[in-house]
Amino acid sequence: MSQPLLDVRNVTMRFGGIVANRDVSFSVERGAVTALIGPNGAGKTTMFNCITGFYRASEGQILLDGADGPQDLGALMIRPITGGSHLVTRAGIARTFQNTRLFKEMSVVENLLVAQHRVTANNLLSGVFQTSAFRRAEREAVDRAYYWLREMNLADDANRLAGELPYGRQRRLEIARAMCTGPRLICLDEPAAGLNPSETRELSEVIKRLCIVHGQTVLVIEHDMGLVMRISNHVVVLDHGEVISDGTPEHVANDPAVIAAYLGVSEEEMKA
Amino acid sequence: METNRFPALLKQALLTFTVSLILFGPISGLVLDGFSFRNELMRAVLLAAVVTAGRVAISLVQMTGFGQKLSSRMTDRGAGVTVLTGQEKSPVLLLVLLFVAGLSLPFFTDKYFLGIAILALIYCLLGLGLNIVVGLAGLLDLGFVAFYAVGAYLLALGAQYLGLGFWSALVIAPFVAGLCGMILAFPVLKMHGDYLAIVTLGFGEIIRLVLNNWLEFTGGPNGAPVPAPTFLGLEFTRTAKQGGVPIHDYFGIAYSADYKFWFIYLVLFLVVCLVIYAVERLRVMPLGRMWEALREDEIACRSLGVNHVFTKLTAFMLGASTGGLAGVFFAVHQGFVNPTSFTFFESALILAIVVLGGLGSTVGVIAAALVLTILPELLRDFAEYRVLIFGIMMVVMMIWKPRGLVRIRRPAFFPSAAADGGEALPAAGKAEAAR
Repeated sequence: MSQPLLDVRNVTMRFGGIVANRDVSFSVERGAVTALIGPNGAGKTTMFNCITGFYRASEGQILLDGADGPQDLGALMIRPITGGSHLVTRAGIARTFQNTRLFKEMSVVENLLVAQHRVTANNLLSGVFQTSAFRRAEREAVDRAYYWLREMNLADDANRLAGELPYGRQRRLEIARAMCTGPRLICLDEPAAGLNPSETRELSEVIKRLCIVHGQTVLVIEHDMGLVMRISNHVVVLDHGEVISDGTPEHVANDPAVIAAYLGVSEEEMKA
Repeated sequence: METNRFPALLKQALLTFTVSLILFGPISGLVLDGFSFRNELMRAVLLAAVVTAGRVAISLVQMTGFGQKLSSRMTDRGAGVTVLTGQEKSPVLLLVLLFVAGLSLPFFTDKYFLGIAILALIYCLLGLGLNIVVGLAGLLDLGFVAFYAVGAYLLALGAQYLGLGFWSALVIAPFVAGLCGMILAFPVLKMHGDYLAIVTLGFGEIIRLVLNNWLEFTGGPNGAPVPAPTFLGLEFTRTAKQGGVPIHDYFGIAYSADYKFWFIYLVLFLVVCLVIYAVERLRVMPLGRMWEALREDEIACRSLGVNHVFTKLTAFMLGASTGGLAGVFFAVHQGFVNPTSFTFFESALILAIVVLGGLGSTVGVIAAALVLTILPELLRDFAEYRVLIFGIMMVVMMIWKPRGLVRIRRPAFFPSAAADGGEALPAAGKAEAAR
């Protein structure tokens, strides 16, 4: 296997005196589903925010393997004036949110069109005068939006308001929107939260399809162990901000440290 | 059923009477007479009785079927936003009719009404500009009048110091106002909501105070004269200045002082049409969509790679540019500018236009601008109550139509024929998937 797509090296994240992540290292392989799990408060979402550029890690490096070699995402954040989390997305990491953050008063297609602002013609004059280049770019963007809507089984809702959709569909729309940015790595923050069992099953199909058919690399945080075991190729377990286990789903499921973290252990067992 | 209603009605009437008596008692029941008070309680009771009668009448109407239908229609809030189906009839014919009607207006009206029409169009322009900032990008701007002042003073001072004319000011004003917008926006774009509103309010006041106090440069409270406009070098005066030609001489027609207003009206009308077109286009352009997305959710925008600072900056600049344009027309129409035209009340009025019209709705903003400028003129006889009526209107609007006069309708998008139905991946998408 070549270099991993995303390489997290010794990342520590502090908020004042509180250490949310301590010396976390793991990697995300290309074209596979990597799951990040752990009990509540284990620091999963903090790690996630570091990777997607919403926090700047206090220490350590997060390297994304791009067209011109590995790129440190932290450096993008602190670039003067132009720096910020949007550059991380431009480098190729897209994300969804734990509580969906759709543009609720815009139509479903418009949600996807906003995501494609990198490939549409943003020039003011070309848009006002509707040049042929502008129309071509717009048409391609709409077609691409419809392509992803079909992939997510949402094509019938294309011209509805995003806020009107049932919750399960909003989740899938958010994934479609993230995919429209053309990411190298898509990060899903608890995609199954609040979904019923049948919606969860549908979601796991969608994620598998992303990975197998589109060769998309996926990083997912999830509490639903059934979903994690079904879809992931590689599982990283965090507890108290540290990696306690890292390996295939079978390996992790049988790791005593993981069982202890989830179920708790008695004093005697600790000593033993 | 009827017997159940009667006590409720009585209770409501009693409550209304008590509340209005408490209100009217001190307000109109006590009359200041020299150094003492005179009791006129009968007056208060009478007023309270009128209010109670009104309340009972409303309740009675609401009990009938017609009233119920009406009230349910009035309170129908819905989502406030709908998506077009793509099968609506194109309103081109109506637009062309409106355009022709607008162009021919000067030939049918007197100078007085034309003046009001010019003012209304100026407020349209201001409303459209602020609508970009508040309605589309969701940045509450309470100092919009500052850009209006920049445009107006650009013409006045530009003519005085640099010899700028109406036309050159018309071209330069959007850029200068946009630059001012940028200067204001850069330090404040990290702020949100209320904080941004306060800073913009401060900026508006700063511009006004500078204009008011920099006597040597701006003329201070005495204001500055604005030169009359020219058309291809032709003047609109009875006798031209040295070397100039008055327009009526050139065309060999009789002199009329109205020509100047006709000219301003026509140019203004065309500019407003252009701005409306541009704003309508913006709504289906990537930039406009990014503004609206930013209004909906800034964090989600960042997660999609949208540079939120630059996107907000463009909204501020384009809004300010439109405000600057309006300022030039205001100056040339008045023939004179001074700082009293650019008080906070103007900012509030423009904001009211945008809010009443429905945040983000172009048609709504135009309608609100026309109503809010023409109505006060028609109500000249009630001049003292104008602001009162204005306030009541706002309260009523916010209760029954909190989303503005006009519902916002989102454009519909359909895939092109080539991609429709097929599973073909568009070229760029394929490249992304292959990575």
